[in-house]
Amino acid sequence: MISRYMKRRVINTVNMAIAVLMTVFGVFWVVWILWTTLHYGIRALGPQLFLEDTPPPGADGGGLRNAFVGSLILLGIAVAIGTPVGVLAGTWLGEFASRHKKIGASVRFLNDILLSAPSIVIGLFAYAILVDPLGHFSALSGGVALALILIPVVVRTTDEMLRLVPVSLREAAIALGTPYWKMVTKITWKAASTGILTGIILGVARVSGETAPLLFTALNNQYFSVNLSHPIANLPVVIFQFAMSPYANWQQMAWAGAFVAVLFILLLSFGSRRLLSRETHRS
Amino acid sequence: MKPFLSRPARDPAPRAESAPQAVKLQTRNLNFYYGKFHAIKNVTLDIPQNKVTAFIGPSGCGKSTLLRMFNRMYELYPDQRAEGEIIIDGENILTNKNVSLIRAKIGMVFQKPTPFPMSIYENIAFGVRLYEKLGRAEMDERVEASLTRAGLWDEVKIKLHQSGTGLSGGQQQRLCIARGIAIKPEVLLLDEPTSALDPISTAKIEELVTELKRDYTVVIVTHNMQQAARVSDYTAYMYLGEMIEFGDTDQIFLKPNKRETEDYITGRFG
Repeated sequence: MISRYMKRRVINTVNMAIAVLMTVFGVFWVVWILWTTLHYGIRALGPQLFLEDTPPPGADGGGLRNAFVGSLILLGIAVAIGTPVGVLAGTWLGEFASRHKKIGASVRFLNDILLSAPSIVIGLFAYAILVDPLGHFSALSGGVALALILIPVVVRTTDEMLRLVPVSLREAAIALGTPYWKMVTKITWKAASTGILTGIILGVARVSGETAPLLFTALNNQYFSVNLSHPIANLPVVIFQFAMSPYANWQQMAWAGAFVAVLFILLLSFGSRRLLSRETHRS
Repeated sequence: MKPFLSRPARDPAPRAESAPQAVKLQTRNLNFYYGKFHAIKNVTLDIPQNKVTAFIGPSGCGKSTLLRMFNRMYELYPDQRAEGEIIIDGENILTNKNVSLIRAKIGMVFQKPTPFPMSIYENIAFGVRLYEKLGRAEMDERVEASLTRAGLWDEVKIKLHQSGTGLSGGQQQRLCIARGIAIKPEVLLLDEPTSALDPISTAKIEELVTELKRDYTVVIVTHNMQQAARVSDYTAYMYLGEMIEFGDTDQIFLKPNKRETEDYITGRFG
């Protein structure tokens, strides 16, 4: 009896230790990445990073204002297109596809393919359908490319979150005589809202670091621009360009930009976690 | 003399035998299929108005399935199919075009409490708004009246705008009953309404059921025979999709006509 208990305690301690070690291992890399970007970029970090635009080659000073603004605009377009399309498609899958099992299964399968499609392919696609016919690179095409990456993420989470809503809740709504569409918009969307929102935020976090699709679409712009039909500066491409440049201040700015990007994603993930935990505490 | 004591006092007037009952729901040759599985077989019975009718029987006998036919719940699922007639006020429920109005007339409360993810107030107002356009004051009144009727008002009146999911299980179930009666139905279907609740909450719901029959026709499915004996006026015993025996609760529990019923009631089977 005693020895058995001791054995269990030993196994428990060993497993616990391994789990803690692995957690530390995982966190270690995140901290190291943050540290490295901060270490190399610290000299470029400062108010001017957010207040000045990217400098011409060889010039001193400058910042990444146009790149930050450009990235936010691109994300804005991606969310504006990707969220409604993704949520509605996910809603069809989660709420209505049970009557069309085969079509539902195929749509889910195709969505999973889109989800794992290499982003450079998405970029080429956006180039082919928007940039090439219009004859110029543009912020709009960049936003569309990002939206195409965001959509399958949102579809997937919306579908999954809606399918987590208990059948009993749906039946209760239907039993009151609620029309099906009203049950979906007023009851199940509400029950799944936190999960769906988390999915959107995580999708945005994923999309915000995408570089490849933007190379073919939004390209880059040395100047501040908010014109959707012109090329637009954006963080990932600027980091790519500046990090490869021979100028020391450009390289530092690339590091600083990378630091801000990682921080942004960290905050988004953190925010979505908070949202989820608040939900679980409440119910 | 009675097999299960502790039943609340009932109307002293002798029932069914002497005075014929008004019938609220009539079922005629009901059959139900889950895909190929024949779950309800030729059920014909009359459910009396303003009485509590209990469906009892072992698990899988079709009592919940039968209950869910009364408000056409099965229509949510493509492979489920019903045949026959259920007549309410001269109309066949199963073929009526306006399923929403049927569900407004026939409310339902489920086994697990199902508060909507919104405030207590909104939980009740939601259903009311489906059918009526009430002003603020009228809606307040309706919410209060329904909660009072469900015996929940005193417990929630100070937190009407808090989430309905924060209530205890028993309170949630009474909230669901309040939500059901807020839209003024004529029939209330209760599908094992206390099987997820503690004994005190169960007692409260049972009391409530006995009271509700003044205004509503109540049909309750229960796997608890004592509960059927305590709250119902009529009892139907079902087995393998068939209605074995239907009659006055006292008669069913004291001197059932069928051998199968007696075996089940006395616990020799089931």
